[in-house]
Amino acid sequence: MKPHVHFREIEGRSPGYWALFGLFGILVLAGLAAAHYMETEGHWVTGMSNQIVWGTPHVFAVFLIVAASGALNVASIASVFGKARYKPLARLSAVLAVALLAGGLAVLVLDLGRPDRLIVAMTYYNFKSIFAWNIFLYTGFMAIVAIYLWTMMDRMGRPYGKAAGLAAFIWRLILTTGTGSIFGWLVARQAYDAAIMAPMFIVFSFAYGLAVFLLVLLPAYGWTGRPLGAELLRRLKNLLGVFVAASLYFVAVYHLTNLYAAEHGSVERFILLEGGVYTRVFWIVQILLGGIAPLVIVFHPKLGTRRAWIATAAALVVIGGLGQMYVTIIGGQAYPLVLFPGKEVSSTFFDGVVAEYAPSLPEIALGVGGIAIALLAVLLAIRVLPLLPERLDDPLVEAQAAAAGEGSGGRTEAAAGSGEAAPASGTAG
Amino acid sequence: MSGTDTSRRRFLAGGAAAAAGLLVAPGVMLLPVARARAPEEPASEAQRWGLLIDTTRCADGCDACVRACKTENGWEGHGRPATDPQWIRKVKVRDPRTGHTQSLPLMCQHCRKPPCVDVCPTGASMRRADGIVLVDKHICIGCRYCMMACPYKARSFVHEDVHDPKPHAPRGKGTVESCTLCVHRVDAGRVPACVEACAAEGNGAIVFGDLKDPRSEISQRLARYGGEEIRADLGLDTGVRYLGLS
Ligand code: SF4
Repeated sequence: MKPHVHFREIEGRSPGYWALFGLFGILVLAGLAAAHYMETEGHWVTGMSNQIVWGTPHVFAVFLIVAASGALNVASIASVFGKARYKPLARLSAVLAVALLAGGLAVLVLDLGRPDRLIVAMTYYNFKSIFAWNIFLYTGFMAIVAIYLWTMMDRMGRPYGKAAGLAAFIWRLILTTGTGSIFGWLVARQAYDAAIMAPMFIVFSFAYGLAVFLLVLLPAYGWTGRPLGAELLRRLKNLLGVFVAASLYFVAVYHLTNLYAAEHGSVERFILLEGGVYTRVFWIVQILLGGIAPLVIVFHPKLGTRRAWIATAAALVVIGGLGQMYVTIIGGQAYPLVLFPGKEVSSTFFDGVVAEYAPSLPEIALGVGGIAIALLAVLLAIRVLPLLPERLDDPLVEAQAAAAGEGSGGRTEAAAGSGEAAPASGTAG
Repeated sequence: MSGTDTSRRRFLAGGAAAAAGLLVAPGVMLLPVARARAPEEPASEAQRWGLLIDTTRCADGCDACVRACKTENGWEGHGRPATDPQWIRKVKVRDPRTGHTQSLPLMCQHCRKPPCVDVCPTGASMRRADGIVLVDKHICIGCRYCMMACPYKARSFVHEDVHDPKPHAPRGKGTVESCTLCVHRVDAGRVPACVEACAAEGNGAIVFGDLKDPRSEISQRLARYGGEEIRADLGLDTGVRYLGLS
């Protein structure tokens, strides 16, 4: 058996392609305009304040950054865990990871009070700051994934594929740990001060990343008329289900441990019961729409086999993820700081009261602009680079897997056709 | 990193020079506690500046310290409380069990282990050798991570354009600011504006001084009456202490 996976650029000439291109382009421009407006007027034109210092842009930015590391998962499953079945998807997975990260970082930078000082951020470092570390983690991630992509796409790079894949995998774990730690290390904030933040963010990243991946993969094949196997899709959506279930588990553990610690009891009551919009977003958006509904869909015997429903489930995971970030980032700040435990406080500076916040249009435009940057980049990339296999029908994919599984030292050309190194021996055992 | 140091020194020296100029002008000097520092002379570890706030003397409804700080450092707002800066504020604390209430001023607590300095990616948030925590407005990128980290909500983000800032208190839209302990006055051997105003009001609830000098008034009062830190459980070793908190 000698399956050949042939990668080819999409044509990108259809009106549909250009419509998408135009849509994302407009959203990017709107995001840039919003950032410009916020910077020239000052942040008072947004919903953010001295109480809610990180707002909707951060909800989108952190979501994108977390999803970025998760989007690399498909590639990691192939290269690090030796599942040859997923190898044909590895290129898209890597490109999507870089694109999402770029989108998230763009939002983060454009929301700075002084985005013009980006160069300062790149030249002055305080190595005690997890933020400063993240600057290295993010740029390093882009570089490593770019190298990884090269090993997949260039014959010369092929021998280093395995090493690059492993490096990218380890790097992404550190990166998400770093992102989670931005919150986990804020000892003064009742909602954040928890070591579980970092591993929890890693699990979230699995779910968000795979959801975005599916949302790109399905139309990329459906709308170009390229075959995409039902079996491959079945595995991917099951994986999504497992990741969503794991996320729910972590959320439960996080809240239960917080409930157990008396000092965090009141912030828990705030998020889970009395927090108004945050409580609603938590239960309705994060848990119901973003957790339970997609689980029901992907594991439903009928719905779980329909592509439109799988895409719906993935979209719900994305919406739930944004809700999750909203509750964590904004709800966590809305809850007042505890200055004098056990006492009531009041002042002219909103001490002791739940901070008010409503997302403003420029903030939303900037956040959506970040998503559009990522999608526009992917849209361009699949047009100019051979990232997508021409066919991903089941016989081909399964033959790939079988070839890798049987391989014992000589039959590597089979997979090599896919542009992957895939030294079969010992990788899939 | 030498770039950081030079720029910081320039920033601080500028402030000190302006302050030296102010010193020449007539000013009320109620409690001359600090020796004037030459502009080139770096802040020294021999001192640690701090405040002791006696909550039993702080009058409910009085905000002389807040007004004085506003005038001194020029952070007048735009009538938008949610986004206007607030370097110092009066907080009312009430014990729900007894109904006992207290009123106290709250500002940057000038921690020895400041969380804002730890998290700041660029090093714009810094702690001078003499314990004063400052933001270098020239390298602050406005990420607001320090505001997320501060347990006291002592920092403000400048949400709007700044018109004619005081020469000794640089401010800029898009950067973060907070109480500087009136570093320009301290460097010129004077006391912070809030301390002066509180004394002028006749309350004398705030004492400024060198925590490292056992003969200073602040150290002697601390030795006699003790003094508490707000959120002492966080172990930040604040330079601002309170009397009569609990
Ligand atoms: S807002 Fe400025 S001072 Fe605060 S952490 Fe960011 S760079 Fe540092």
